[in-house]
Amino acid sequence: MPTENFDVRYVAALVRLELTDEEASTYQQQLDKILDHMRRIDAIDVSGIEPTAHANPVFDVMREDEPGKSFSPETALRNAPKQRNDQFVVTKVVE
Amino acid sequence: MPSYLVSIGLEVHTQINTRSKMFCACRAHYGEPPNSLTCPVCLGLPGALPVLNRGAIEKTILTGLMLGCEIPPLSKWDRKNYFYPDMPKNYQLSQFDLPLCEGGGVPLYDLAYPKDAQKDIAQPGKVVRLTRIHLEEDVAKSTHHQNDTTIDFNRAGTPLMEIVSEPELESPEETAAYLNSLRQILNYGGVSDADMEKGQLRCDVNVSVRPEGQDELGVKIELKNMNSVSAVRRALHYEIDRQITALEHGETLIQSTRRWDDDLGETQLMRTKEFAHDYRYLPDPDLLPVRTGALLEKVRPLVPELPHQKIARYESDFGITHYDASVIASDLDLSAYFEQAANTLLEREDLHLKSPAKRVANLIINDLLAALNESEKPITKCPLSAAALAELVTLIDGGKISGKQGKEVFAEMFASGRGAAEIVKEKGMEQVSDTGALETFITQAIDANPDVVQQVKDGNEKSINFLTGQVMKLSKGQANPQLVGQMLRDRLSN
Repeated sequence: MPTENFDVRYVAALVRLELTDEEASTYQQQLDKILDHMRRIDAIDVSGIEPTAHANPVFDVMREDEPGKSFSPETALRNAPKQRNDQFVVTKVVE
Repeated sequence: MPSYLVSIGLEVHTQINTRSKMFCACRAHYGEPPNSLTCPVCLGLPGALPVLNRGAIEKTILTGLMLGCEIPPLSKWDRKNYFYPDMPKNYQLSQFDLPLCEGGGVPLYDLAYPKDAQKDIAQPGKVVRLTRIHLEEDVAKSTHHQNDTTIDFNRAGTPLMEIVSEPELESPEETAAYLNSLRQILNYGGVSDADMEKGQLRCDVNVSVRPEGQDELGVKIELKNMNSVSAVRRALHYEIDRQITALEHGETLIQSTRRWDDDLGETQLMRTKEFAHDYRYLPDPDLLPVRTGALLEKVRPLVPELPHQKIARYESDFGITHYDASVIASDLDLSAYFEQAANTLLEREDLHLKSPAKRVANLIINDLLAALNESEKPITKCPLSAAALAELVTLIDGGKISGKQGKEVFAEMFASGRGAAEIVKEKGMEQVSDTGALETFITQAIDANPDVVQQVKDGNEKSINFLTGQVMKLSKGQANPQLVGQMLRDRLSN
């Protein structure tokens, strides 16, 4: 059953997971506990504290716009379950 | 029947022309063999770590500066989650709450409107405000076959700017002008070729209608799958009519996404709000935030003269009309060609030319563009160099050949790539400005037409033209008519 926090079936659909009723019930309870904990964090007064954009105070890690080496098509496709004409073949998906 | 107000907003995706991809060092290039430009990062293999491409960030900031955006001091990257085989790591690296650019606007240039709409521009000089510009990665290319789909990852990870406008466009024509103006500006900055037909610029269009008098916007419908500016215009005309007809019939529109089918000329429902994507953005822990200050200072001097600034300069420095300046400035390569030809002539003070820049502009607009169009050549492949065009102008402006002959010489130059002087000489076009030779013809004309001579002496100025015509005939059309007229006047006033 969905709670005021969230609906486990909706989240499962978003991440393409099929859940049994039992699993749905277990995960609903577990994730609810996590979200309840988030509420406690939410309640902390952070006014006057500067927001951070990343856990580490490190910035500006960039590389120059210089091309390097790439895989050969054979290497790129080595793990492909199915391939044709140097392309990955997948189930037909038309949105 | 109430009349309706239309509100259109655009999300434009444009590829940035960097040498390498956004988050890995694979080459960013179109037209290579399938899956020859990939690595663990752009294939989305587990454990691969992305690194930001400084060049792509700089070009996005440059775009922001050209469009008058604010560049916030700090920018970061986020994951946009969705499941589709063109993005195998199951999230697209994008920017959510701290994009590189905020605000700004796109000016709608007169000549960026569709040709048939240029005479009737509702709001000349309109500037459409932008919400933001952020930087993300392009996805792989899917090709759909009868029974399956094939995927090529060469495009995956190409830097992609998303330029989001406010819903301030009010017609399909303004929308076309927006896309064309934006493309021009991106070209000026050397950021992107932004060619829709090559997929370098793609757009999603949000459109709503509401009865006049209603303040809040109508129900938003998103249109996808338009592959050219003219298709965007057609899709909008169809969709606006569809929405108005629905409202007239008392139907309620629901927020939804529709696909444009250019062959059928209609939009079709893809999904409604109920099934809208829920992207669950979260900060990407693999990429570190960027402080824009230093990048901004590096990029600021690179902001080019923009189309409207160029037009104003052409009007003031070269004395050409606003229209001529706009036509020339609409293409960066054409502007360079024009400036080279005009400046070559302006430096030659010794030639005492009267209006060389104007003549260059006239030749470009009346003859060169038509010839290029007919032979389907871009200006960069023009068989006539700017210097060669300048030479032709010296012959016309200096009175060596007439304007009409100039057109003939131009056509010959364009076809053969030969120089103007050579063609003029070969065709025996050079106007006779040798007064000795002309005196003989003038004497002959005067002797043969005593009645007309009398009319001129009686003050009938027009009769001079008849005598000039006679001299031109005697010279087989090679006399300089201005000079002949002057000489006749001198002779007959004595």
